[in-house]
Amino acid sequence: MKQRALSLSLPVFVPALFAVLWVVLAQRIANQVILPGMDQVAALLVRPTEDLISMGSLASNVLVSLVRVIIGYSVAALIAIPLGVVMGYYGVVFKFFNGFLNLFRPIPPLAWVPLVMAWFGISSLATVTGVETGQLFIYLNNIKFSMLFIIAIGAFFPILTSTIHGVRHVNATLIDSARVLGASERQVFSRVLIPAAMPSIITGMRIGLGIAWMCLVSAEMLPGSLSGIGYMITHAFTLASTDIVIAGMISIGVVGALMDMMFHRIEQKKFSWRRQVDA
Amino acid sequence: MTQEKKEIIAIDGLSKSFTTEKGEHLLAVEEVSLTIPENSFTCIVGPSGCGKSTILRIAAGLEKATAGTVHYRSAPVTKPCGEIGLVFQEYSLFPWLTVRDNVAAGPEFAGVDKATRHQRAMEYLSMVGMEEFKDAYPHELSGGMKQRVAIARALANEPDVLLMDEPFGALDAHTRILLQRELLNVWELTRKTIVLVTHSVDEAVYLADQIVIMSSRPGRILKKLEVDMARPRSRAVPKFGELTDFILKELEYR
Repeated sequence: MKQRALSLSLPVFVPALFAVLWVVLAQRIANQVILPGMDQVAALLVRPTEDLISMGSLASNVLVSLVRVIIGYSVAALIAIPLGVVMGYYGVVFKFFNGFLNLFRPIPPLAWVPLVMAWFGISSLATVTGVETGQLFIYLNNIKFSMLFIIAIGAFFPILTSTIHGVRHVNATLIDSARVLGASERQVFSRVLIPAAMPSIITGMRIGLGIAWMCLVSAEMLPGSLSGIGYMITHAFTLASTDIVIAGMISIGVVGALMDMMFHRIEQKKFSWRRQVDA
Repeated sequence: MTQEKKEIIAIDGLSKSFTTEKGEHLLAVEEVSLTIPENSFTCIVGPSGCGKSTILRIAAGLEKATAGTVHYRSAPVTKPCGEIGLVFQEYSLFPWLTVRDNVAAGPEFAGVDKATRHQRAMEYLSMVGMEEFKDAYPHELSGGMKQRVAIARALANEPDVLLMDEPFGALDAHTRILLQRELLNVWELTRKTIVLVTHSVDEAVYLADQIVIMSSRPGRILKKLEVDMARPRSRAVPKFGELTDFILKELEYR
């Protein structure tokens, strides 16, 4: 009984301590710009649909950001996974691409910003679709190519690396077994390589999503951006509204953690076989 | 009983060399010639590194020979085909599939419809006594159970010849003896031609009609023996011990 109470209270202990520290410090400092009270931030978070500093609500800005991340991330995954599978399986393809890709891997996504601006400027989905007015324009114009690029480049490498790793470490006996059972080359890919590498691919996708989400703020600081949670934070900072900055940061953290949890659940449920195999 | 036995697999002058990472040439198999009669049970025994697994892999179409040929019913074997099955030592089951789906994998690759392939899977699972584990995943099974499933999977593809690469090599002694007996039952039921590679002389004497003794590096055939003992064989009879002893000596003195 005592042990159970302890194990339940243990994860709450650090946050509680943190909250107490925050309240005490905020009172001592008594300067909203440096550290607003927890109550102020909480008040913003419990009303996420309220318009703030005439930039739309917390929720709507998170949503805009989420759409950007999902698009940029999907593009990255759609390129990285097939490329990774082929690179992992065919040594020739690996040698062909690997050196080249390794040159780009160490470049931080943020370092791409000037080049990306030169390439895409402020063109957006609205530019390509030709929509120039109305509500749809506002939505589409929010999705700038420059942002998508920064997000995609952040997600690309972890997904690629994990996919290559996953495919390379597929037990050769499994591939041989499938061949002997009459699998065609295509079936070897679809029925053996991809399922066997899937846990590793999912792990890469999970890491990639985390990085994509982290690239968001830098992407939303790009010129032409007038919305998104990252933009809201930087804009609130110029207005010295530190409470909005913190509320925005917490939103980013919560959404990121929720997405990560989702992937973790998939890993746990779908790939329970893997833990035993690895052990 | 006395009818002329047709040969189903003919291995002729088979050699295989590898190039190691240091660039050295390594002759793994040298000039191996062997014929396998239809419906027979052949065991290839030899020390590890004698290339016996390589011979099976070439016969299954997984690897190419450096010289020599393998013919199946007088057609050259160049790539895997459904007619020649291969059972591996371990880790061959697809870990993300249930036992039943593993056994149904061969028919699935061939495009057999779901109902038929499930029915066929169950048929062979019951032959190896594993039908009640149809919904289990491989990691939930013991080593012996996994090999039973692996045998059922190879059989469900309905091959003509079953090659087995040390199928019981990773099992404990007790399970091993159990599975040997079960394999003989399966063989008697299905009358497949079986070629089994092992480093256990006891296993070969217990199972085989024909024993092929190999030397190591390069792998060469030292001797071929016909085993003329009725099944089920008892390990207690003098003949069993004499034969085992003879083979062990053959293996040692080279």
